[in-house]
Amino acid sequence: MSKRVKGNRPLSPHLTIYRPQMSSISSILVRITGVSLALGFILIITWLLAASTNVYYFDCINSILTSWFGIIVLIGSVWALCYHSLGGIRHLIWDMGFGFDLKIADRLGWMVIIGSFILTIFVVYYSGVLL
Amino acid sequence: MTFRTDRAKVSGLGSAKSGADHWFGERLKSVALIPLTIIFVLIVAPLIGKDHATVIASFQNPFVSISLILFFLVSFKHLEEGLQVVIEDYVHSKGSLLLLIIFNKLFCWTFGLAAVFAILKITFAG
Repeated sequence: MSKRVKGNRPLSPHLTIYRPQMSSISSILVRITGVSLALGFILIITWLLAASTNVYYFDCINSILTSWFGIIVLIGSVWALCYHSLGGIRHLIWDMGFGFDLKIADRLGWMVIIGSFILTIFVVYYSGVLL
Repeated sequence: MTFRTDRAKVSGLGSAKSGADHWFGERLKSVALIPLTIIFVLIVAPLIGKDHATVIASFQNPFVSISLILFFLVSFKHLEEGLQVVIEDYVHSKGSLLLLIIFNKLFCWTFGLAAVFAILKITFAG
């Protein structure tokens, strides 16, 4: 019985052999941004822990985060957070059974991509780190 | 030869256990994270690059502490569940699958609790 199940069965179309589409690319980006947000999670918690310890640790972490490299990683994390949130909302809409029409799915994908950049610019401006 | 019916033999087996609860819990955390993430960004983004005293002072507001603790509790669980789905999708060897799932749980619980600890310490001890 178990032998019959294993066999050399055809696999479902995977990323490597699937023609890239708006919906598939924008969906896999939700996953990629989600995984990379683990790094942003570590960064911000390190910052909080340093703040809770003492001013010397805090200044050390703060100078790393506000260096050019830290700023690039932070802005990247903000974009990942914006994209993951908007993409996640799109997946919640799909989970409720709406938006499967190709035209609407495509439009939602563009809204997520463009919206993530607009939100990132807003958050970076609001945070004042570049001023 | 048993006299149990086919229906009785398979009852309770298979995938029909707690999948729906788990699925619904994942969505619930996602929905909860929408307002929590907005609050988190509005609170934390302006604090990046500020000096130690300013950061500590901002945590004296209970709304700040409580909403950030909520954000980190829900988001570390969301991260753990999300990373586990990714691991299950792409890792096929049973040994490394188990190791990665355990490591993922340790990683997320450690950083999630570290965040809550740090926020509470700043709030109560300055």
